[in-house]
Amino acid sequence: MGILKKVFKKSRPALSQLPHGSFSVDPHGRVTASTLPQSFPSEHVQRISKLVLSAFGEAKKLGLNLTELTINYAGLRIVAKEMRGGALVILSPRGVQKS
Amino acid sequence: MPGSPRILVLDDELDVLELYQEMLKTLPSKPEVTTCESGQRALALLETEQFNMLISDLQMPKMDGLQVLSIVRHKYPQLIIVVMTAILDESLRKRAYDAGVDLFWQKPSNAEDTKLFLESIEALLSRQAIGGFRGVAVKTLSEILQMEGHAMNSLVLKVTNNRLEGRIWIVDGNVVDAAVGDQTGLDALKTIYSWKSGSFESLPAETTRVRTIFYGNMDGLLLDLSQTVDEVQAAGTADVVALENVEGGGQRLTPLQASAKVEGVEFVLSAPKDTSKAVESHGVANPEPLAQWTRQTVAGFQELAAELVLGELKEIEGRGTPRHVTIVPLSDRLLCIGLNRKLSAAKCRETVETVLTKWAS
Repeated sequence: MGILKKVFKKSRPALSQLPHGSFSVDPHGRVTASTLPQSFPSEHVQRISKLVLSAFGEAKKLGLNLTELTINYAGLRIVAKEMRGGALVILSPRGVQKS
Repeated sequence: MPGSPRILVLDDELDVLELYQEMLKTLPSKPEVTTCESGQRALALLETEQFNMLISDLQMPKMDGLQVLSIVRHKYPQLIIVVMTAILDESLRKRAYDAGVDLFWQKPSNAEDTKLFLESIEALLSRQAIGGFRGVAVKTLSEILQMEGHAMNSLVLKVTNNRLEGRIWIVDGNVVDAAVGDQTGLDALKTIYSWKSGSFESLPAETTRVRTIFYGNMDGLLLDLSQTVDEVQAAGTADVVALENVEGGGQRLTPLQASAKVEGVEFVLSAPKDTSKAVESHGVANPEPLAQWTRQTVAGFQELAAELVLGELKEIEGRGTPRHVTIVPLSDRLLCIGLNRKLSAAKCRETVETVLTKWAS
């Protein structure tokens, strides 16, 4: 499917750099384990952690008590599972073959 | 159409042009594809050669796509014009349709989009080949239904509006049934008819479809549909959904009310993007904090998308113990939908799709 590969590259040039992997963070946002490639900047990991922990925390205050969040982007799926105030976060690029 | 259809593709990037050429060559109609990198060159080619379709990017240096399209539409009324853009912008879409384009398309971002795009291109080329009376650009569902009615055609018309898909069954020029989400019959047809934009595709006829819509002729049906849509618009457009018939007769529901009636939905909150507008909700005791969480969560993840180039944020699904929650960003508002915790993930998605049909217009 060479054509589709080109479509993806054209539409979202940075997609091929999106990582496939997971990491876990403690309730303070510290990364405790990661299978992400080292090329993926730690600032991005921190940014995702902060957003996920905040979404879980604020939802809890509203009584929503979420145990799992799935954030669906056109190019990436983020699945975050709540773990005693921390989270396990899985990143899965969509529709892009690892190059 | 005698011989292969001819398509002119205009884009300022060479690799995109090559890509279009590769994709379009796979169409069943085997079109002959010519490419060019500038508006001036496109105009010159149209002047000297005959094409059936122009596919153009909207953002280009020097002469932008809309300028080119306005000129082309005036000079070549027979030409099918398709515009492609990487930018999702409702005002741009409107300007493009106002300029007379036949199809406005966001650049495909995945295999499914690409397939749909190619099917639409093929359908447009086929329509030109079969119909033989292009010249009036088909822009509305009303025009298409009218054409099919007058031609006494039988077909299934697939209408796609963003992530929603509706179908209209036409037999011998009469609309016999329609379906979208959990709606069928006249209600579904009215919902589809109220969509402001979308793409159309003709599918093979299903003449055995059970008839649920009974109108003597297409004109009478279209008149009634137009009246309904006009009434809805007069009543305040976005906040009144056409067409839910409530037991006991003909009461009109707001999208919020209609959403709340969907099985499995525990609450619905609508937070307008314009924060000066009021938050609306059903089944939420204290909507403001929930609206704030919804807005903050979406804003945070949309910023992340911009920083990491993740593409459009489609939705956020939350699974929880008291209930599940899904947030969907729409063009003018954010919807936060609470779902019964017994629903599976697949059933949640299906329920959310049904809710979205209530907000489609």
